Amino acid sequence: MSFHIGPEDMEEIALGGAFLGTGGGGDPYIGRLMAQSMMRKNGTDVEVVAPADVPDDALCVPVCMMGAPTVMVEKLPNGDEALSALGALEDYLGRKADYLICIEAGGLNSTIPFAVAAHTGLPLIDGDGMGRAFPELQMVSLTLHDIAATPMVIADDKGNNGVLNAISNLWTERMARSVTVEMGGAALVALYPMSGAQMKAGLLRGTLSLVRDVGRTIQSERKANRHPGDALISRCGGVALCTARVVDIERRTIGGFARGKARLRGLDADQGREFLLSFQNEFLCLEDADGTPLALTPDLICALDADGGLPVTTESLRFGLGLRLIGLPADPQWRSPEGLKLAGPGYFGYPHAFQPLETLAESPAREPVFT
Amino acid sequence: MVLRLGIDVGGTNTDAVILDGRKVLAGVKCTTTEDVMSGISEALEAVLEKAGVERANVDVAMIGTTHFTNAVIERRALDPVAAIRLGLPATACLPPMVDWPEDLAEVVGDHRYMLHGGYEFDGREIAELDRDGLRRIADEIVAKGIRTAAISSVFSPINREMEEEARDILQAAVPGLSVVLSSEIGRIGLLERESAAIMNASLLSLADKTITAFGDALKGAGLTCPFYVTQNDGTLMAAHMVRRFPVLTFASGPTNSMRGAAFLTGVKDAIVIDIGGTTTDVGSLQKGFPRQASTVVDVGGVRTNFRMPDVFAIGLGGGTIISGEKDDLTIGPKSVGYRLGSEARVFGGGTLTCTDIAVAAGEAEIGDPSKVADMDPDFVAAVRARIGEMLEDAVERSRVSPEPLPVIAVGGGSILAPDRIGDLEVLRPENFAVANAVGAAIAQISGEVERIFSLASQSREDCLAQADSEARATAINAGAVAETLDVIEREDVPLAYLPGNATRIHVKVVGDMEGLDA
Repeated sequence: MSFHIGPEDMEEIALGGAFLGTGGGGDPYIGRLMAQSMMRKNGTDVEVVAPADVPDDALCVPVCMMGAPTVMVEKLPNGDEALSALGALEDYLGRKADYLICIEAGGLNSTIPFAVAAHTGLPLIDGDGMGRAFPELQMVSLTLHDIAATPMVIADDKGNNGVLNAISNLWTERMARSVTVEMGGAALVALYPMSGAQMKAGLLRGTLSLVRDVGRTIQSERKANRHPGDALISRCGGVALCTARVVDIERRTIGGFARGKARLRGLDADQGREFLLSFQNEFLCLEDADGTPLALTPDLICALDADGGLPVTTESLRFGLGLRLIGLPADPQWRSPEGLKLAGPGYFGYPHAFQPLETLAESPAREPVFT
Repeated sequence: MVLRLGIDVGGTNTDAVILDGRKVLAGVKCTTTEDVMSGISEALEAVLEKAGVERANVDVAMIGTTHFTNAVIERRALDPVAAIRLGLPATACLPPMVDWPEDLAEVVGDHRYMLHGGYEFDGREIAELDRDGLRRIADEIVAKGIRTAAISSVFSPINREMEEEARDILQAAVPGLSVVLSSEIGRIGLLERESAAIMNASLLSLADKTITAFGDALKGAGLTCPFYVTQNDGTLMAAHMVRRFPVLTFASGPTNSMRGAAFLTGVKDAIVIDIGGTTTDVGSLQKGFPRQASTVVDVGGVRTNFRMPDVFAIGLGGGTIISGEKDDLTIGPKSVGYRLGSEARVFGGGTLTCTDIAVAAGEAEIGDPSKVADMDPDFVAAVRARIGEMLEDAVERSRVSPEPLPVIAVGGGSILAPDRIGDLEVLRPENFAVANAVGAAIAQISGEVERIFSLASQSREDCLAQADSEARATAINAGAVAETLDVIEREDVPLAYLPGNATRIHVKVVGDMEGLDA
């Protein structure tokens, strides 16, 4: 089943993308504006097709933005980067792309492919490589299926681009990251060129539909004057993690990432508790005051504004902001030993062995503490 | 004892109160006038007489106004602005005002410019500043007769030099040009900061006129005390700062009415409904302060990132027009607004308004009750029931817990509110009609620090603590009570381009003004 996304639908895509972006991936607002202006300019919608409808020999190419979200909200794209990356990759491969892919169903990268699709007229595939947002480019289901990230093209706002060829997807990340930093902390990339057959084996399916559904749920709950938290928990099979206010926020743009941590003080039922929320572009680890983990990557830690119910990104965290944190289970592929090696707590240097958030939620540490 | 004068200049009414410590000596309500000044003068004379205080004894005057917000919402009295962004070749796909409603962009003139310049996150230049381009824009500014410009450079919150140089070039070429720099107004987030700078620029001449009118009205009434204007977060800013940053007053109206409601009732947790002539603002009061909105707030359809109370408005007020029969009613959103005194039935006019219903129901004594004496009681009851439903909907939206919080009704139109809204009790404090002016009179004092600290020899925690204590000292010097001080903003922006692990720390603390506790 294919469906069409027009300029009016981009708001729900952006909302859903911001929620599944687990705080990271950049504010989809920018990508939404880019997609809307491109759709209006060309008078076109974007067609989203089911993976099963893509021929095995089609060339499918993900396009996305790479860098620190704190940079992306400030240094907006020129607008031609993605086309130049895609065009250079097509030249290198000697073949035109047939389909575009969204590599990351969260954050800015949930909306950027719509802008490129509106510009090129290419259809987009209903799926992604993460089912959420992750900070590094090898952290995709495609890596688990031995699909290579290269040849890859990275392009900047000034007109520079470069083709990378690497021995592994981790090496692609390392090289592309240092180029991104040189390019000013944000760049657009076309990578993981793959056949339709590879795509069907490696892509997480139906995640763009999920993004749209989550966005619709947030919109309709807010319209009905309800905080969308409960509806999202039941829609996505999630766990209520905590409701708390930001009392300190420390962040740095290091090595092409926005890294940092926020200290939170519990509100409502969590009154009297304290939490530590760590992020590297995305929220990756939530602990309570004595360091007991409550949710760990690759499970999703999604943040909503405790009052208004809109998704909150790491770069918009600020002193005094009330958050409602919701945990969602990651795709089973991420919880496998290979998946955890790629994007588990150990990879990011957190001193915790992964435990599913359903298990953590049942541990005694979850009992509310009253002071 | 400290005598304070609070004034609220709204779109319909100008209110004034005089407080002696915590005691409200007198409150009056007058009509806002076209020139602003004569309305204030009238209110001042009335309140001074009613309170019976010596003019020379008034210590301080605080003015809250929705004048600037209304100008943006109603798209009037806004100046054309040259909106100049420094950041090419980056940012080209989303030009200035890209997400503004078209009618507002048009009023502000659609003079959008993008030039090479701006910084990377680490302080490198994206491109060299396009000085020739600025001179070309200067020529256009002269040719088009534009008097204000807003300049936004990419990453100006970490380095404002390019914005400053661009300003100097423009002002050298266009003498008398007012220039607003985005780095003076906002934080990281180019579109929101740039939009705030453009809105601010478009309000500069209105700000100048309005602040002059405020000063003249006070002087005309023989008041020589200093005066301040209330801003978004419920604190005061000096009059000369409002001339430069009118945008910072945007949400002061709701903030003042909510803080006024808390002050007048002594209730700290409640839903506040402020019913005016045309609209009702509904917001939630937590621990005596308005609940803050999340990260982005729309003002007149433009996304901004100001710190503002979470308030929403419905089209219901004392002047709201009623039409139809009792089983087919239309209430609003149109209102007779400031013409209530001539168009409402009780004032001899021909339009049926919510005020007429309140009078017919015996809830209020305004105008001539005989003019509505013949109304069908069933019709009156049907309208009142519908008003009750509209308010209940609005209150439910603001409610965040099932706790039975009280509802505080303030504002001139609060005679419309029933005694209960749903399961909640409605409190109507004495002086409810002038809660806004009371909120302005009790506005808080802030202390702010923004400067660069080096983390080479000190820990981040030590630097933050030092900034906190400097901000506290500033606030106490300005007249705040130490025990009431609270941090409301604390942010550090690492400046990767400077050596020595430099970081810019911004801390703002607020507290109650001395003389309120007696």
